[in-house]
Amino acid sequence: MRPYWREVFGNAASLHHFGREAAAALDEAHAVLGCAIGARAGEVIFTGCGSEADNLALRGVALAMRRTGKREPGHIITTPIEHQAVAATAQQLKDLFGFDLTFLPVDGYGRVDPDDVRRAIRPDTVLVSVMLANNEVGTLQPVREIGALCRERGIPFHSDAVQAPAYLLLDVNALNVDSLALSSHKFYGPKGVGVLYLREGTPYIPPITGGGHERGRRPGTVNVAGAVGSAAAMKYVSHQREAQSARLAALRDRLIAGVLDRVPDARLTGHPTDRLPHLASFVFKDVDGESLLMALDVEGFAVSTGSACTSGNPEPSPVLLAMGIPPAWALGSLRVSLGYDTRPEDIDALLDVLPRCVERVRRYGLSDG
Amino acid sequence: MAKTRVVVAMSGGVDSSVAAALLVRQGYEVIGIMLRLWADQAGADAATNVNRCCTPEAVADARAIAHLLDIPFYDIHAEGIFKQRVVDPWVTAYAEATTPNPCFNCNRSIRFGFLLQKALALGAEYLATGHYARVARKADGRFCLLRGKDEKKDQSYVLHVLGQRELAHAMFPVGDYTKDEVRAMARDFGLPTAERAESQDLCFLTQGDYRGFLVRHAPEVARPGPIMNTRGEVIGQHEGLPFYTIGQRKGLRLTTRSAQAEPLYVIRLDRANNALIVGSAGELGARRARVRAMHYVSGEPPAGPLRCSAKIRYKAREAAGWLYPDPDGGATFAFDEPQRDVTPGQGLVCYAGDEVIGGGIIVSDS
Repeated sequence: MRPYWREVFGNAASLHHFGREAAAALDEAHAVLGCAIGARAGEVIFTGCGSEADNLALRGVALAMRRTGKREPGHIITTPIEHQAVAATAQQLKDLFGFDLTFLPVDGYGRVDPDDVRRAIRPDTVLVSVMLANNEVGTLQPVREIGALCRERGIPFHSDAVQAPAYLLLDVNALNVDSLALSSHKFYGPKGVGVLYLREGTPYIPPITGGGHERGRRPGTVNVAGAVGSAAAMKYVSHQREAQSARLAALRDRLIAGVLDRVPDARLTGHPTDRLPHLASFVFKDVDGESLLMALDVEGFAVSTGSACTSGNPEPSPVLLAMGIPPAWALGSLRVSLGYDTRPEDIDALLDVLPRCVERVRRYGLSDG
Repeated sequence: MAKTRVVVAMSGGVDSSVAAALLVRQGYEVIGIMLRLWADQAGADAATNVNRCCTPEAVADARAIAHLLDIPFYDIHAEGIFKQRVVDPWVTAYAEATTPNPCFNCNRSIRFGFLLQKALALGAEYLATGHYARVARKADGRFCLLRGKDEKKDQSYVLHVLGQRELAHAMFPVGDYTKDEVRAMARDFGLPTAERAESQDLCFLTQGDYRGFLVRHAPEVARPGPIMNTRGEVIGQHEGLPFYTIGQRKGLRLTTRSAQAEPLYVIRLDRANNALIVGSAGELGARRARVRAMHYVSGEPPAGPLRCSAKIRYKAREAAGWLYPDPDGGATFAFDEPQRDVTPGQGLVCYAGDEVIGGGIIVSDS
């Protein structure tokens, strides 16, 4: 990335030689990303982040597919466990643009049944969006089967795959997706760069309007250094992915077994095996997730919780509630993401402090006085 | 040996910043937490949010100070619980024709309730705040709350709600200093907030405008009604009882000329008749103040009447007298000299020397 901050500072959209140099680098970045996911370079769009990629896909495709002159411009199918980038966009398409919205049911692991997709599809369905792997519980979705169903009926199918590329080999043709959202920092690239795959021929109206950047599908000056960094990162994870996934899945399973063994009133969330190899997620009964997160951070572990404490009165994660987890458990959710640098000692260290932290957070639950 | 862990309640202001810096210097393992409290959003643009708490700028200030001190910093949301435990009861108290002080509920339920629990859950032994007050431990092991060293800044009045459990975990690092010393220390520590202006009004109000707040959020508590003298004659019209407090002279719109022969003061808010009762300076003042639920810092009421002094408002001068604990948990304070502005809703806080005995909400002046 470094040369693209200073030496190669041209705008890739400019004709002059500075611009050409940047444009060449950008072409290469498109090709690398495309190759990594089984797409053509021209089907890759660099965006400002993963959320933007989801926004462009949902809004761009839904508005292009809109049935004009109808009271309801169309029907969108999604899940109750999507990241906010998809959930809030779908909600806005409903609230502001009048689309009808169906949320598919999920089972106790947070998994969608393709048969439910089949049942939900209507003649006016214009878009289906199902994430590839859930960010809170790591469960993998039957994207390939859902994609096949959509393809048979000619309905564009989007998948938010932000969590996946460092751990799963993605092939847009095998997955039967028409669009796919990625975020570069989730595969060791720079933050603030996203990637949208948009299959050639998919109906699309650019939600951002302006010049001809990214073939007019995402107008606006492209972050050349970010795109180059993204491509470098994608090459890096392509080499590491297989070995790391196997290694991390073993560490993950050790962590899961250790937590369930040592922490009372603990449950694994998400599917036990059909899940992201690097992600372990739990709920603990009667624990304030935010306090647990801070307690672990103070001990040196950066983890996350799905419960949003947006007001001081903790709110359980809608994802966990959709999976049927009772609120008293869902409030105490913990997500531990392992990475390429995670060592077995790190797992042991976490297993050492976690029971104590959970116990303390339980003891000093929020006062109701 | 592991360092003692302390959570500091940070606001981005100079007092809590210096508190954090002092604790770091004293060798504690310090964690900064800023609570996002509920604040009135109405009219809260950049120009007018002077006293609105927890602005993005204040959060950025607190975060910058934590970064400077190299301590962990968390800003956590407490809007819902703050609204429910502090703002709503404050509005209710106005509806009951009293003049409330929301800081009591905040210190009890938010700072030394919600936040103290968070601190303990983090494995901290203490919660420190930037209040001007001191904690000491007596020979019998009990904790006592003492006035801050700076008499002008002393905030023990609003902390009288604390008890033994809270004080066992409380630290007030700036209580041993004057405000000038604290500002000087802030400069020595290189803290960027050293020169910041002080906020004076309630943190959740925009520009301290509680009238506008009530009109926007609880218009039903502010109904116009008659202003009456103590003989029951209507001599004017008030705009709503919450807009007046006992002892107030300015802002009374009287219609009857004769009434203006001598200055008139608010002497009572008559909730039943939604009437504002005014009278001369001579009619103002009370020898006694009654408190419904008297809280004692030690955890126990005194065995009998106690000779001490009492403050009836945050900025009131202390007055000597006798505290008579009532068997029902209330108390009556008999002042040696009549006090002018004994106001239901305000706190009556008793002191023996520098020590806070306890306090409660004034319910009546008789």
